[in-house]
Amino acid sequence: MTREGDYSRLRHLLLRRELSCHEVVSSCLRRIEQSPLHAFVSVAPELALRRARTQDAAIARGKVGALTGLVLGVKDNIHVRGWKTTCASRHLRDYVAPFHASVVSRLLRHGAIILGKTNMDEFAMGSSGESSFFGPTRNPHCLERVPGGSSSGSAAAVAAHEVIAALGSDTGGSVRQPASFCGLVGLRPTYGRVSRYGLVAFASSLDQIGPLTRSVADCALLLRVIAGHDPRDATTRRVPVPDFCQELDRGIQGVRLGRPREYFQPPLDAEVGCAVDRTLAQLEAQGAVVQEMSLPLTRYAVAAYYVTCTAEASSNLARFDGMRLGERIQCHDLDGTYVASRSHGFGQEVRRRLLLGCFVLSAGYYQAYYQKAQQVRALLAQDFARAFQTVDCIVTPTAPTTAFRLEERTQDPLTMYLSDVYTVPASLCGLPAISVPCGKDGKGLPIGLQVIGRPFAESMVLRVARAVENAVGQQ
Amino acid sequence: MHASFVPVIGLEVHVQLSTASKLFCRCSTAFGAPANTQVCPVCLGLPGALPVLNRRALEFALRLGLAMGAEIDTHCRFDRKHYFYPDLPKGYQITQYERPLCRGGSLEFEMDGTVRAVRLRRAHLEEDAGRSVHAEAYVGQDETLVDLNRCGVPLVEVVTEPDLHSPQEAVSFVAELRRVVRALGICDGQMERGSLRCDANVSVRGVHEPADEVHTELKNLNSLRSLQHALAAEVKRQIDLRQQGEQVAHETLAWDSVQHQLVALREKESAHDYRYFPEPDLPPVRISKRWLGRLRRELPELPLARKRRLQRLYALPGVRAQMLVDEPGLADYFEEVAGLVGSPGLVCNWVTGEVVRIAGELGVSVAEFPVAASVLAQLLMRVKEGLLSDYEARQLLRNSLSTGRPLGQVLAEQRPPATPQEVAKAIAEVLTEHEELLARFRQGKEELLHFFLGQALKRLGGKAPPRQVMAQLREMLAGPEPRAASGDSEGSA
Repeated sequence: MTREGDYSRLRHLLLRRELSCHEVVSSCLRRIEQSPLHAFVSVAPELALRRARTQDAAIARGKVGALTGLVLGVKDNIHVRGWKTTCASRHLRDYVAPFHASVVSRLLRHGAIILGKTNMDEFAMGSSGESSFFGPTRNPHCLERVPGGSSSGSAAAVAAHEVIAALGSDTGGSVRQPASFCGLVGLRPTYGRVSRYGLVAFASSLDQIGPLTRSVADCALLLRVIAGHDPRDATTRRVPVPDFCQELDRGIQGVRLGRPREYFQPPLDAEVGCAVDRTLAQLEAQGAVVQEMSLPLTRYAVAAYYVTCTAEASSNLARFDGMRLGERIQCHDLDGTYVASRSHGFGQEVRRRLLLGCFVLSAGYYQAYYQKAQQVRALLAQDFARAFQTVDCIVTPTAPTTAFRLEERTQDPLTMYLSDVYTVPASLCGLPAISVPCGKDGKGLPIGLQVIGRPFAESMVLRVARAVENAVGQQ
Repeated sequence: MHASFVPVIGLEVHVQLSTASKLFCRCSTAFGAPANTQVCPVCLGLPGALPVLNRRALEFALRLGLAMGAEIDTHCRFDRKHYFYPDLPKGYQITQYERPLCRGGSLEFEMDGTVRAVRLRRAHLEEDAGRSVHAEAYVGQDETLVDLNRCGVPLVEVVTEPDLHSPQEAVSFVAELRRVVRALGICDGQMERGSLRCDANVSVRGVHEPADEVHTELKNLNSLRSLQHALAAEVKRQIDLRQQGEQVAHETLAWDSVQHQLVALREKESAHDYRYFPEPDLPPVRISKRWLGRLRRELPELPLARKRRLQRLYALPGVRAQMLVDEPGLADYFEEVAGLVGSPGLVCNWVTGEVVRIAGELGVSVAEFPVAASVLAQLLMRVKEGLLSDYEARQLLRNSLSTGRPLGQVLAEQRPPATPQEVAKAIAEVLTEHEELLARFRQGKEELLHFFLGQALKRLGGKAPPRQVMAQLREMLAGPEPRAASGDSEGSA
């Protein structure tokens, strides 16, 4: 028995007109209103309701798009024209996006209804949602815990049924880790699969937009709509976009799954490891072939990742200087104005990363840090390429632990950075990776299992994720 | 210049490419639009916008690289160069640092009648920054306005080796580079609009010393005159220092073309760390062998080579040949007309004179000159044959332009040249009409020959070349007398 996507079930109701888009949006709005989560930075009730009515009229006329009536949250670093894009930063709290992100245009064209912009770590820098200028988001499974980050609001909103699905952005794990913490499906597509046009860049060579959903089917559906070459983003690739939904149920008979031992060592929480292994056993029962394997360079990934992403961030965020962008704190001279504006506008975590990034790019240190990180990155990619000669997908835990407590790690950035240890390797190598729920720990907190695939092999990754979903449904 | 010191000069020339749109977006590059009207999210560096390379700009840069014989990096890439300034909205400039498009190569230029060469270190593509406006009537005190129209306009930065040894040499080189980029059709070369901007690195060394490590940087040399004066002033300053036994300090100077002097810029720049790293928004550039081959085949003859060929092939004076190659399209026009007419001297005078003058009056380039080469050739053919005087030809050309009647049509409507029979008939009529004078001619008053010629030409109404009429006239006068009235003729003259 396979699980139908939340949206597909809703879609049947909408098309049979047993339910209207207007009702769906209204009920989402009610939930948001009563929500203790702080998943949203801004909500656009009137616009969403108006759009819902338009969609209902379209359904009445028999005009139905692939995503008609799909109520969506969009992370607040992705542009929706005419709406604020704050990146959860003081610097951009009043910035209104003058254009749609390419993904947003595509979603709207297919009938999606955007309900609001979701909370996040400031400029997507964080793994807990706590660096938001607007305050943290809470985990719907336990309000004292973080939802993960940086797509904290997107994950919390979907998990709490405040929206049907949401867009996040994944730089080092910012879709997958919150998906894991909130019990959702979260996909990071292959680098170059989805356009970044209209996504406020954090680390350009790592950023990818990805969906957060409650089912693999919905994930596949959203990916199909947002994937594809975009002439506005030179890093998107002209690779055919298959119908991911069609291929979901081809099963995993004979599919070779690698279990890299480096991902099952400390700091891995024992309960998480057990859950992943239990699921692997079930996948074997479904016909998959599980192979022990090694990715020996994994331990260098976090360092290489933080050097790379801080370097690129220091460059990408240079434009928020109080001249045209960001809040200006006028001083007696130009340099003073720059320093004051930037110090004022950015929060602590962002400032820390910008300073790190400037340092690793500065003359005399570039070779030792940035260039070295790129060498590690290249070697890591070789590691993966070698592995993919003998396996079709690699299965790991998504994060070493389940959701941690609010403020537990804010004073200890290194521990915080280590929560990305299993997600950054795929990011550095541009590989598609998905987090899918594989059970809960003793406290009832969701555990995520990560499937990493070959470049542009999202179909395979989704198939395995679907198998996990089926297996867990039987647990 | 002091005999015991040699200036050592290297140049960085920014060539603004004349593509219709910017390097990474589709905004217009047109000069002179109202401030901040030719901008979009990409060139404004708005968050979420991404650059996409303009292939045309790459092609223009490749043309220049190939013309200079540079080695093309077919896998070159872009880098980001960081600094904070209000006219740089992204906080970085997209340029090429580690993997420039072109390395090496050289450019020949002429000075004092000899050909010299400058080696090139590199040439790379980059985007221009905006323009900060400090000193204009409408700008308040302590106020700076920023115009971002220029932001993202494509530039090629050409960096020479320090091979230039006098201000005059530097000027001659830049003048030649200007001709080359204009001939390649990649830059309009209008220095007053900033289409070609120079920075110079200057040092002096004793005649037998190796080159000095320490040099000064001169910025803002935006006309050949500024280049000449600034370099001369800086070379003199450095020689004076050296003669007083002092060291030249590394500093950056700008040329103030109003005050006519060098001004030291704030030396905070030395602390600059541009934090270069590869531009992650642009994949590495791939340049196919096929494309390169095509561009190489399509390269035009370069101005200096062409000048020398024109001098040799058409025996033109150097000044005229230079005029022909200085204006893009002019030499092509000349060669086409000369090929049809012959008489390169005549054609050259016309092309460098009347054609340039009229194009200037009409405000069009030679390529847009309203009279096709083949038509001008018809006109000049008649001048060459003497059917039209220079003056008459000019009148015809100007009339045609002012009335709008095509010159070709005007010429076609002119009666065809007289046949020898018609000429003979006209001459016979003249001689009959002036029997008395003919008699006097035969008595030895030879200057009457020209009177007869004039009369015959008048009768022919310009339809016959004077030379032909004269020849026939002489022949007829030498032949048997029409009436055989007297036998005392001396015969032919």
